[in-house]
Amino acid sequence: MADNRADTRVSMRTPLARVKGLGAAGHGVEHWWIHRVTAVSNVPLIIAFVIIVAALAGSSYQDAIAIISHPLIAIILILAVISVTNHMRLGMQIVIEDYVHDKGYKIAALIANNFYAVIVAVACLYAILKVSLGRILV
Amino acid sequence: MAQFTLPKNSKYTEGKAWPKPAGATNVQEFRIYRWNPDDGANPRIDTYYIDRDDCGPMVLDALIWIKNNVDSTLTFRRSCREGICGSCAMNIMGKNTLACTLGIEDCESDSIKIYPLPHMPVLKDLVPDLTSFFAQHASIQPWLQTETAEPETEWRQTPEERSKLDGLYECILCACCTTSCPSYWWNGDRFLGPAALLQAYRWLIDSRDEATGERLDNLHDPFRLYRCHTIMNCANTCPKGLNPAKAIAEVKKMMVARAV
Repeated sequence: MADNRADTRVSMRTPLARVKGLGAAGHGVEHWWIHRVTAVSNVPLIIAFVIIVAALAGSSYQDAIAIISHPLIAIILILAVISVTNHMRLGMQIVIEDYVHDKGYKIAALIANNFYAVIVAVACLYAILKVSLGRILV
Repeated sequence: MAQFTLPKNSKYTEGKAWPKPAGATNVQEFRIYRWNPDDGANPRIDTYYIDRDDCGPMVLDALIWIKNNVDSTLTFRRSCREGICGSCAMNIMGKNTLACTLGIEDCESDSIKIYPLPHMPVLKDLVPDLTSFFAQHASIQPWLQTETAEPETEWRQTPEERSKLDGLYECILCACCTTSCPSYWWNGDRFLGPAALLQAYRWLIDSRDEATGERLDNLHDPFRLYRCHTIMNCANTCPKGLNPAKAIAEVKKMMVARAV
């Protein structure tokens, strides 16, 4: 059954009952805090990422592999991927909650957002690990 | 999705142009939103002219002059005419403010445009339905809550503790800030809005209150508190010069302080 408690056209609930709704969800501070923490960690990591990409520009395949498989470079790239995809997921969730009000679309969008962030993160991590560990494992 | 255009029945049309006051030399034009719930018509913008030499200096004086001399059906709320009751909050020249504390001169316009507070249901003309707004204020339980046995006299606090209420207690609940907030426009059914959250902080920071934890529990919600994205329209528009955005930021800091 559709939840129409908040709809004044079909519900005679009092204004206070509508405002109180289903009560406080009891979460939100983690989302807000981790969004801020990843914003801070993004700053040095993205600067490092841009420098690494600039260093890769125009280099040969062998040189590019050598740069990315350097442990320090690989770790920075992995941290950047984790920080950026987490920040992206949290930020996009806020946008969806702000603007998508249809219950069905909202749930679908939130699930799609989670899937997208995880797929991007895993694809990036797999690529970095394959390149950097490839030389050791071969 | 959030509404980015006006619904069909809210699109306004050109309304009536009322006659200029006879014999007046100092005339000011007003363009005012009109909507009558009884005639089934869309809202319209009426044009009025006032005689500045016969009218007080504030926008509210002009509205009262129009109601007395031109069109007695023009409907708006007003009471104290000195910025303390919050009744005459409306959107004047694109900014929510109190009609009684804004000078006609300060509008600096040949044609002063007046609309009701944005994105609220309209009851008539410049009167918005604030039922939900006041219910949201009630939901944060805006009263002192204690468990300790009541003292013989008053609950005491130091001058420093009292000073923390400055910039908060002055709020008159006119709804200018809440109705200027885009987050409130999109999620006003679940987001409490800047006015209610400023009031919530006024009780959170009160040294005499013993329900701080319960108050934070009540706000710990992705929508009630965290729909605030520091847009700052609230602080920009507040006719009392308060800063609800800062109060909300302080609440967010309290949330983190008790979690980490």
